[in-house]
Amino acid sequence: MSEKIIETGTLSRKDFKLDTPVKWCAGCGAHAVLASIQGTIPETGVRKEDVVFVSGIGCSSRFPYYIDTYGFHSLHGRATAIASGIKTANPNLSVWVITGDGDSMAIGGNHFIHIIRRNINVNIILFNNKIYGLTKGQYSPTTPKGSITKTSPEGTIENSFQPGELAMGAQGTFFARVVDTDPKMMKDVLLKAAQHKGTSVVEVLLNCVIFANEVHKEITGKEVRDDHQVYLKHGEPMIFGKNRDKGIRYNCNKMEVVTIGEDGITEDDILVHDATNPDDSTHYNLVRMGLPEFPVAMGVVRAAESTVFESLMHDQVTNAQKHSKIKTVNDLINSGNVFRIDQKS
Amino acid sequence: MGKNPKVIHVEDIVVKFAGDSGDGMQLTGSQFSDTSAFIGNDLSTFPDYPAEIRAPQGTIAGVSGFQVHIGEKEITTPGDQADVLVAMNPAALKANMKWIKNGATIIIDIDHFDNKHYKKAGYVEDPLHDGSMEGYNVVKAPITMLTRDTAKPFGLDQKTADRTRNQFVAGLLYWLFNRDIKLGEDFLSNKFKSKPDLVKANIAVLHAGYNYAETIEALSTTFMVDPVKNKKGLFRNITGNQATAWGLLAAAERADKSLFLGSYPITPATEILQEISSRKHLGAVAFQAEDEIAGISSAIGASFAGRLSATTTSGPGLALKGEAIGLAVITELPLVIVDVQRGGPSTGLPTKTEQSDLMQALYGRSGESPVVVLAASTPANCFDYAFEASKIALEHMTPVILLTDGYLANGSELWNIPSTDNLPKIKPPLVEDNDDTYQPYKRDPEKLNRFWAIPGQEGLRHRVGGLEKEDVTGNVSHDALNHQVMVNLRQQKVDKVVDFIPELQVIGDSEGELLVIGWGGTYGGLVSAVNDMRKEGYGISLAHFNYINPLPKNTAEVLSGFKKKIVCEINMGQFAFYLRSKFQKHEFQQFNKVQGLPFFISELKEKFREILDAK
Ligand code: SF4
Repeated sequence: MSEKIIETGTLSRKDFKLDTPVKWCAGCGAHAVLASIQGTIPETGVRKEDVVFVSGIGCSSRFPYYIDTYGFHSLHGRATAIASGIKTANPNLSVWVITGDGDSMAIGGNHFIHIIRRNINVNIILFNNKIYGLTKGQYSPTTPKGSITKTSPEGTIENSFQPGELAMGAQGTFFARVVDTDPKMMKDVLLKAAQHKGTSVVEVLLNCVIFANEVHKEITGKEVRDDHQVYLKHGEPMIFGKNRDKGIRYNCNKMEVVTIGEDGITEDDILVHDATNPDDSTHYNLVRMGLPEFPVAMGVVRAAESTVFESLMHDQVTNAQKHSKIKTVNDLINSGNVFRIDQKS
Repeated sequence: MGKNPKVIHVEDIVVKFAGDSGDGMQLTGSQFSDTSAFIGNDLSTFPDYPAEIRAPQGTIAGVSGFQVHIGEKEITTPGDQADVLVAMNPAALKANMKWIKNGATIIIDIDHFDNKHYKKAGYVEDPLHDGSMEGYNVVKAPITMLTRDTAKPFGLDQKTADRTRNQFVAGLLYWLFNRDIKLGEDFLSNKFKSKPDLVKANIAVLHAGYNYAETIEALSTTFMVDPVKNKKGLFRNITGNQATAWGLLAAAERADKSLFLGSYPITPATEILQEISSRKHLGAVAFQAEDEIAGISSAIGASFAGRLSATTTSGPGLALKGEAIGLAVITELPLVIVDVQRGGPSTGLPTKTEQSDLMQALYGRSGESPVVVLAASTPANCFDYAFEASKIALEHMTPVILLTDGYLANGSELWNIPSTDNLPKIKPPLVEDNDDTYQPYKRDPEKLNRFWAIPGQEGLRHRVGGLEKEDVTGNVSHDALNHQVMVNLRQQKVDKVVDFIPELQVIGDSEGELLVIGWGGTYGGLVSAVNDMRKEGYGISLAHFNYINPLPKNTAEVLSGFKKKIVCEINMGQFAFYLRSKFQKHEFQQFNKVQGLPFFISELKEKFREILDAK
């Protein structure tokens, strides 16, 4: 499958801006993601006409109206299914799905896991604000257990989803996590997601100023972020902390946080991140890491190679076209058991 | 050797094959049909699958049947009742006794008519000796025993040997219908191409059945059905599902598009998905989705990306697709939705036929959500209406629902193979790259469709979606008056299709006492009943609808030619209700049946006579 590549650098962020007013609340994390994506696409080298944004329903899903590409604002939860059709119909297109935690984890959960399982080459950007924004503040499948929301006045009694666990469970080949307050990290990761062959899921920990303000504060807060995040980079040790003295390692098959320089621990003891490892067990452990015991894993957790659905589909089509004697519908309807009736009336 | 049987020439005859689902009756049925088509008989077939995949052997629930109606006259239905029944066990006999004619020939495998099998079938008395078989010509053939004897030298294990029993039956039927046994041999050589041993054994058993028939006294007369009159050309036997799949493929070809099918397996529509899945050599892609919703959603995505797109389903699936159909309505994208109707509500009767999704097709969505609705009326014309549905969808930029049903889908008939070169070209309203007059919701003045700008095209970037669109620009609009305008436009666009569809044809005189009205899959039964009664001198005609929304232009005119009108449907009166809402001056009587079965010609005639004789 070939992607039409034009010289990179001929387009810039402003080529992807539209005049339409952006209607997200002031201070919503979505603004930053929009800017990052508009800044990333020119670097993917894809023709502007070959880019399609598909979204579901929710605050995040207004996205296609704010970017100057082809766009489809579809149905609640169905963006991944619609994108699957677009990409399978025309693999030359660069297809992006913009979704939220309600859209992809609740009503669209089924399509979310199946696009990942098929490994269709689509980039899914999941705006995880852990709340239903557009309907004004009900809990979502990613809302932490016990949270008070409009539909959980005594606190939610449901366990919450980690999008990364779902992605891994569905045999995901690419999963990354970013925060809306770190534009550089976002752009780095988005570019890697765009370049990955297969379904890329990028979870953006996004702040909803209105209904779940500061829900990610413990992760993204200026004071704590260095100690509470580990930014994973392929081939580099998993070191984090204000003083870059903490690290992750395996101890008897269990992950643990250690301090370099204590108990004889050196940098060599720290796990080196291998995002491309086909075995996803470490990636799975990484996406599950959470406060207070662990820092939260950021960056590209997994970027493994696998077969891509639409490429295989089109290989099968090309192969069948090459080998079948039946080239047209006329050939088809005249093949097999055909009888001539020549009865005079 | 042999005898000189009396040969009876018949205009038409109905044969039913029935046995356990493992007895190969479907194969024998198709073999008999193919042979009939080969010698030029017209035909119609209908398989009767058990609801269970492998119900306990020998029980009524496990009976699988296949009915074939062949004739030298035009055949439009598989026939009300059988003239010849093959019953491989007591359950098959019991299940079919009420579907056979008085005096019918019943061929049974006597080796399975014992107390053990009677019990399984739920017989209290031995049916062969309790008088219930009086008036029938019962042929008690030791099919199992003779098959085993014949197959023995070929070294087959008993299970495999027993599977060839259906060829004993086939051989018997070749003799009974004066067919050249060579045709049966050819069928088997072709069927088991890769297994020469199996071919030999099957052919031996075929001959055994033939020879047995020749020698026994019970079969003293044979049947002769001449080639059909008034038919000429190339034909093949085709089922409704196969014809639907091929119609979609033909439409894609005539539109210079490749077909995308997004579907989820569901009885009785699955064969369409299977057929398209094996047509990659024609550029078709079948996307087997994770559910019904993803099936249609992927198809909508593919349509946005510029393909001829379709989704296939049955009633429960159509319900799940309702929301997405609404999206296709508001985004005004071409899409074909095939609903192979079955008995409902809910899971209902998955393997049985019904016409009860009409209201759902017309109205089963949120908001004012008009779509074009078509209905095929014979297995073969599923091809024509799948083509027509695609043509309307593509040229008018609208979702089109095509209704077929379980009876059409699994039934088959002879199809006069067309040349696709004679099918009309399909011309979707495409846009040139960089056309600076393009606006997403600018319309064609005649058809009122918007234009189809496809991702990848230069200078036509735009956004569509489920929020209300502003007229012309396609921007999101919550404006009150704009909504009114858009609702009107979407309705008018569908209404305008009326100018592009044929007028309603009346079968019979255009004026008279009684107009029989039908739609979709009931055509065969209705046309037979009406034609029979016209021969008897009744003032009766048939108006059969393939175009449901919009209705043909001349519908009111047709209705006005008749004193009485009766709407016949396999539901509780949905089309009658629809017609009443459209033509309030007219009175419509109803004839309805919901038993998972098609109409019988006899019950239709009885009803029509009741009305006409009542004067
Ligand atoms: S409600 Fe929350 S998520 Fe929605 S736009 Fe406002 S801040 Fe963003």
